Amino acid sequence: MEIKREPVSSSDFRVRQLRARDLLRGDLDGDDLERYVEERVLTTTVQKAVAWAQGNSIYPLTFGLACCAIEQIHIVASRVDIARFGWEAFRASPRQADLIILAGRVSIKMAPIIRRLYDQMLEPRWAISMGACCSSMGVYNNYALVPADKFMPIDVHVPGCPPRPEALLHGILRLRAKIQGHAPEGWRERYDAVGTEELLPVEAPATSADINVYQPGDTAGA
Amino acid sequence: MSLTDDYRRREESITLSAEPAGEETHELLTLNIGPHHPSTHGVLRLLSTLEGEVVRDIKPIIGYIHTGIEKTAEDKSYWKVIPVIERMDYLGYYFNAMAFCGAIETLLGLEVPPRAQYLRVIHLELNRISSHLFWLGTSALDLGAIGVFWYALREREKLLDLFEMSSGQRMHTRYIQVGGVFEDIPRGFEEKLREFLKIMPTRADQYADLLEKNEILLERLRGTGMVDQETLLGLGVTGPLLRAAGNPWDLRKAQPYCSYDHFDFKIPIGTVGDNYDRYRVRHAELYESTKIVEQALAGLPEGPFISPDRKVALPPRHELATSMEALIHHFKLVTEGFRVPPGEAYYPIEGPRGELGCFVRADGSAKPARVHMRDPSFTNLQALAPMVRDGYIADLIATLAMLDPILGGIDR
Repeated sequence: MEIKREPVSSSDFRVRQLRARDLLRGDLDGDDLERYVEERVLTTTVQKAVAWAQGNSIYPLTFGLACCAIEQIHIVASRVDIARFGWEAFRASPRQADLIILAGRVSIKMAPIIRRLYDQMLEPRWAISMGACCSSMGVYNNYALVPADKFMPIDVHVPGCPPRPEALLHGILRLRAKIQGHAPEGWRERYDAVGTEELLPVEAPATSADINVYQPGDTAGA
Repeated sequence: MSLTDDYRRREESITLSAEPAGEETHELLTLNIGPHHPSTHGVLRLLSTLEGEVVRDIKPIIGYIHTGIEKTAEDKSYWKVIPVIERMDYLGYYFNAMAFCGAIETLLGLEVPPRAQYLRVIHLELNRISSHLFWLGTSALDLGAIGVFWYALREREKLLDLFEMSSGQRMHTRYIQVGGVFEDIPRGFEEKLREFLKIMPTRADQYADLLEKNEILLERLRGTGMVDQETLLGLGVTGPLLRAAGNPWDLRKAQPYCSYDHFDFKIPIGTVGDNYDRYRVRHAELYESTKIVEQALAGLPEGPFISPDRKVALPPRHELATSMEALIHHFKLVTEGFRVPPGEAYYPIEGPRGELGCFVRADGSAKPARVHMRDPSFTNLQALAPMVRDGYIADLIATLAMLDPILGGIDR
């Protein structure tokens, strides 16, 4: 058998590796250095690099409540494979998880437990409220349920009853954008419709220390 | 004292000989499992009393997903109750709707057209397959066989596509409604369904190949969680759990509803009632349900898909533009809903987990006075304690997986 050897081009991985070594040793200078930096070096901040990594390797908590949990399980399955985004490593312990997906209806009996699970998660942590029940009590506007925003901060709400797996995936990608620091703007900003808010933003009232209520985004009490 | 010395001192202070030895000195340990636990299939909490690794007693604590569905149903007119009641047992949504609509139809004395009955059977049995597939996938996952999970959910996606095709939603379709079904099956549904029915038996064979040739799985299922049928009957257990113990009680045969007597199918039963039998019964039901759907599709009668009674069913859309009467009926149905004569009805059907019954008391108004569901998961959960008592805690996980409880149905 004849072995055909290609001449090594400058874009070869090993050539690039050697040049990187030269750069780190300080062997490159002048035009070589200029060109190398222009071609090969990407500058960023540590925060951005960390956020990029965080957004692409979320460990969600294995936690399902009701119907939405079925669709949540479906995003792990073969059709909508969430492993494509590096979010598939579900963790059974909240101490190892970054994200809690509240998939289903939250009853008043369950709410303190969910808050406790959320408190046990380590910073940085995120929460997705999946489905109508968890965001607004959905079709059950009754005594038994409580919306998730009443007792914990939620980053992304995914509407639907239950949301399709694709909808949850969209929510997850939104959360990834938020984690990585380039959250897509809302429709008001996009269409320059500031001033159309139905409820004008008010100053947050001073909360007394003995009431265990936190504003959305405030995780200080955890 | 340095840190290492302190650590060494603490390490050496632990003596294994101080541990109690012998059977008499073993203390009972109370271990809480749940409500957040990956293998409780929802938010079930189990208070277990252990002696070493052996479960001596178990007490399920429920109510963590209590939704007040029965109370909400009293606030809504009859046909608006259907979506609420569907979200109860969230793997068998067609069954919830069927039990409720059946009770209302009994109260109204309403005749359901044959085509609607066949369409109901098709969707009910497809729902049974999808429920069993989900049970198979997650139970195998609990037992460590993650491969089956991918394959079972692949087929389930196909079923959800079919549901979406006929009703527009993947879950909680509100397809079955009082007097018939919401819409006739669309064009292309039949071909897609036939395609699915062709592959389903071979896929079920493949699951069996994956699971039943695995010695670890067989060891975990065979001879564990065994309960005889007298105990199960005493606890009110129905469905695959009872059939696995050898009792061929199935409401589709025992008390045929919705023209189930037109179809030729078998009721799979087990012999000893252990976890392996429970797995085999549900697995065999995949084939039987496929057979029922095949027959229903082949013999699908022509005719209306919903009762022509305008007092109960909405008039067709095109009539609204031409008929004043249709417009009045439409308006009355949408605003107030239909009224049901006073009375009580209990309508049991065979759900994927057992006898799913709906009790409705009507007081003559357009809203039910009381809706109560007899959910099989709730009654079946009572049998957990006799199943797992004096077994190992590892078998508890397998038994719970084979019990297939749906917490949404238990807590309602």
